[in-house]
Amino acid sequence: MVKIEAVIRPQRLDEVKTTLDDLGVTGMTVTEVRGSGKQKGYTQHYRGAEYTVNLIQKIKLEIVCEESMKDAIVNAIANSARTGEIGDGKIFVTPVLDVVRIRTEERGKDAI
Amino acid sequence: MQSSFNAADTAWVLVSTALVLLMIPGLALFYAGMTRSKNVLNVLMQSFVSMSVVSVLWFVVGYSLSFSKGSSPFIGGFDYLLLKNVDQAPFVLNGTTITVPHLLFMAFQLMFAIITPALISGAIVDRMKFSSYVIFIAMWSLLVYAPLAHFVWGEGGLFVGKALDFAGGTVVHISSGFSALALALLLGKRKLAHNEDSRPHNLPMTLIGTGLLWFGWFGFNAGSSLAANGLAASALVTTHLAAATAGLIWLLIEWVTVKKPTALGFASGAVAGLVAITPGAGFVTPLAAIAIGAVVPFVSYGMIKLKSKFGYDDTLDVFAVHGCGGLWGAIATGIFANKAVNSAGFNGLIHGNPGLLTGQITSALVAAGLGFVGTTVIYYAIKIATKTLRVTPQDEEAGLDVTQHGETAYVTEN
Repeated sequence: MVKIEAVIRPQRLDEVKTTLDDLGVTGMTVTEVRGSGKQKGYTQHYRGAEYTVNLIQKIKLEIVCEESMKDAIVNAIANSARTGEIGDGKIFVTPVLDVVRIRTEERGKDAI
Repeated sequence: MQSSFNAADTAWVLVSTALVLLMIPGLALFYAGMTRSKNVLNVLMQSFVSMSVVSVLWFVVGYSLSFSKGSSPFIGGFDYLLLKNVDQAPFVLNGTTITVPHLLFMAFQLMFAIITPALISGAIVDRMKFSSYVIFIAMWSLLVYAPLAHFVWGEGGLFVGKALDFAGGTVVHISSGFSALALALLLGKRKLAHNEDSRPHNLPMTLIGTGLLWFGWFGFNAGSSLAANGLAASALVTTHLAAATAGLIWLLIEWVTVKKPTALGFASGAVAGLVAITPGAGFVTPLAAIAIGAVVPFVSYGMIKLKSKFGYDDTLDVFAVHGCGGLWGAIATGIFANKAVNSAGFNGLIHGNPGLLTGQITSALVAAGLGFVGTTVIYYAIKIATKTLRVTPQDEEAGLDVTQHGETAYVTEN
C-alpha cells in the first residue's frame, strides 16, 4: 500500500477530483495548506504600501491505495493539475505500513 | 418661542440624527476590515464603546461645555448641566433661531461627539489597552472636543463669525486626525515580525463600512443645515459629488502608480472626499465640490506615501485621510465659499474675499494644535496614573480580541 500526497493549485482541485472519480478513486483527504517552493511569492499594494506574500495557498490531497493503482492515480493527478507554469505543485509517494477501518477493525487492503 | 417650531425641520433632523448614528457602525466596519482577524473585535469595539462613553458624558456635562454660553469664548459653561434648560422647545444659538426642539439639536450634536474620538482609534489598532482607550476617549471628549466644538459652534465661541465649518471638518476631522498622529507617535509602532503578513483581513467589510459612512454622511452634512430646505439639498449634492469624484481619482492614481485600481483605494478615496467636503458642504457649489473631491486624493495618498519615509505607525491612515483631508477641506472652503449658496456664510478667495482663507487656516491650525497637544497631555496623564497604555508584547502577538475581550471573532472549530 502507498500514500500519494499531492500539493496542487487550489483552482485545479475540481478538475483533479473529476479525473479521480473517473478512475474510481473515492477516498481522499483534502487540506488547505500554504507553502513555498520555486514559485516565488507575489506582491500586492494596499493604499500604496507594498506587501509581499511568500507562503502561497495550495491544496494538499492525500490518497492511500494499493501499489497497483499508484501509477494510474499519479498520472491522473499530474495531468489534470498541470498548467505548465511554475507552481503546479508536487506529488510524493510513500509506503504505508497498515490501514485500520475504525468501524469494523478491518486491516490492510480490506480497510482501504 | 413655540411659534418658531417647524415640523418639517424637526422630521429631517430626527432622520439625520439616526443617519449619523449609523456612521459609527459604518466606521467600525471600515476600520475592522483593514485589521488582522485577531484584532477585529477590539477594533469594532473601539468605535462602538464610544456610543456609550461619550453619550453619558454628553448628557452630564459634554453638551453644556460645548454649546452653552461660558465666561470666555474658549469653553462653555454649566447652563446645560444634566440637560438642564434643554427641553422640547426651539431655541436661539448665536442669534439664529433653531427651529427644532433643543433636545433634538443636543442629540444630533451628540452623534458628532461620538464619532470623533472613534475616528482616532484607527491610528492605534493592534496595540492599545482597551481600558486605556476608554479612559482616553472620555478625557479627550471633554478636554479636546468640547472646547473645539465651542470655538466653532458654541454660544459666543471664538471662531463664530470668523471661520466656516458647516458640518465639522475642523471640529471632527482635523482634531481627530492630528490627535491620531500624536497618539500613534506616543504609543509607538506595532511589533511586526520581519515579513509578517499584516494585510487587511476582510476588505468586503471595509466596503460595507464605506457604504454606511457615505449613506450616513448625508445626515452629517445635509442634516447640518438643521432645516428641511434648499440648503440641505445643496449640501447633500455637494457631499455626494465630492465622494464620487474622490473615489474615482484615487482609483486613477493607483492605476498609474501601482497598475491596479484597488477596492481599498476606492474606499479610501470616497471617505477622503467626504471628509474634505464636510466643512464646505453648505457653502460651496456642486462644481466646487467636484474640485474639492478631485484634489483630496492627491493630498491623502501623498501623505500615506510620506508616512513610510517618516516611519510613524498610523496604522489605518487616520492622519492622512482625516487630518490632511480635513486641512484641505478647511482651506478649500476658504477658497470656494459662495454667499449665493448660503447667505449665512461668507464669500471665499475666488469670490473676492481673501480674509476668509485666513480665518479658515487659523481655525484649522488651532484645531490641529489643540488635538495634538491635548492628546499628548492626556496620554501622559494616563501613563503616569497607570504606567502604560500599551498591551504587553505577548498580548500583542496573541491578538487583542483574546487578550482584551476574551473572545474570538472567527471560530472555525465548530
